[in-house]
Amino acid sequence: MRQFSMIDFVALTTALQYTVLLVILALAFGTPLALLMALLRTSRAAIPRWATAFVLQLVQGIPLLALLMFFYFGLPVFLGVQIPPLVAVTVAFTIYTAVFLGEIWRGGIEAVKQTQWEAAASLGISRWQQFRYVIAPQAMKIALPATVGFLVQLIKGTSLAAVVGFVELTRAGQLVSAATFQPLLVYSVVAAVYFAICFPLTLWSRNLEARLNGSR
Amino acid sequence: MALVEIRNVQKSFGSLKVLHDVSLSIEEGEIVTIIGRSGSGKSTLLRCINALEEIDGGEILIEGQKVYGKMPNLKELRQRVGIVFQSFNLFPHLKVERNITLAPVLTGRVSKKDARDLALSCLAKVGLQEKIDSYPEQLSGGQQQRVAIARCLAMSPHLMLFDEVTSALDPELVGEVLKVMEDMARQGMTMILVTHEMGFARNVATKIVFMHQGRVWEEGPPAELFENPKTPELQAFIGSTRQV
Repeated sequence: MRQFSMIDFVALTTALQYTVLLVILALAFGTPLALLMALLRTSRAAIPRWATAFVLQLVQGIPLLALLMFFYFGLPVFLGVQIPPLVAVTVAFTIYTAVFLGEIWRGGIEAVKQTQWEAAASLGISRWQQFRYVIAPQAMKIALPATVGFLVQLIKGTSLAAVVGFVELTRAGQLVSAATFQPLLVYSVVAAVYFAICFPLTLWSRNLEARLNGSR
Repeated sequence: MALVEIRNVQKSFGSLKVLHDVSLSIEEGEIVTIIGRSGSGKSTLLRCINALEEIDGGEILIEGQKVYGKMPNLKELRQRVGIVFQSFNLFPHLKVERNITLAPVLTGRVSKKDARDLALSCLAKVGLQEKIDSYPEQLSGGQQQRVAIARCLAMSPHLMLFDEVTSALDPELVGEVLKVMEDMARQGMTMILVTHEMGFARNVATKIVFMHQGRVWEEGPPAELFENPKTPELQAFIGSTRQV
């Protein structure tokens, strides 16, 4: 046994990089899919709407933890090959981001009045241009506070990756705690780090909400 | 050949039939005013002309070209047929200039470089050049509606549709919008408008169409229709508008 020292603090901050990496990967792969989900969910054609509603219900009804375990422990049984932890957790968080962020953005798109689509359509621009230049900027403004709120959820959610042995901040905390036998101190530090990242984002989200509500 | 040819058009919303066998022909340069009570199908007919609503039967031809919701050149048709809405429907996140130039730039009608000049010349026609850098919310209702008209004009339409464009305005702001429309009429723009402004219908229109229960009930030159309404429904309608 040893004391909690600078080395442990460095270990935690190094692990924090992996938390950040996970968030970045989830956003990098998840946001384009989220946009696709939002577009399909608001599509005029019935089949894409139903298909995406099904995916949404499926993922919404499964705990994120179960999703992680499915990709890390479950899927290899089907495939017959071991999936590296980083790949498994990235896939799980990408799906999580695509579905939940997609749903937030769908709400934003639907909050823009139908007459805006009509006005844009009547000027003879394409459906994509109507979305890109008229609907999306207004929807983004509406959905921005909730999007930042989701980011906070995602950052905290990455702690679940610890269960599949992926060494991010929480898993590093477990390891340091086991080495030092000072769980109270170690987990307090871990919690403080999450808080230090999430709290400013929460404030920003609130601030955005207050600001954007006033003018539209 | 008529600019707009409407033949036996049928339209229902669910089980509610809103247009029964409507036929109408509009020549270039005509100012056609559609009048009638709420729910008589006026606005629906107007919206069918640029395929904002799909028709269930009959046909609509614009410059000889059949109009329907999934036509391959729908975009190109809508560039020729402008519509101004009751609730203006300006794009709130864009300045007046961009509201006007968005579609012309995206469709390649004007280069980005010349866009501002286009916006200025269109705004000049509605007397609002000084508002080019404003956002819609900074304008009065009448000004917003004039910008909406300028936005249409920027596409150089062959035909303009006006859907109760003064109905959402405060009474003192109606005049400025009607004046812009009169100017356009004088310059030979073909216009179809749905309106409750009987004075405008009487003085500016070349043809009045009275709609009742989803049908064209009576049509003709304003003097004839207003002085000698043939049907009791039109007589009653004119009577009710005089009282107001």
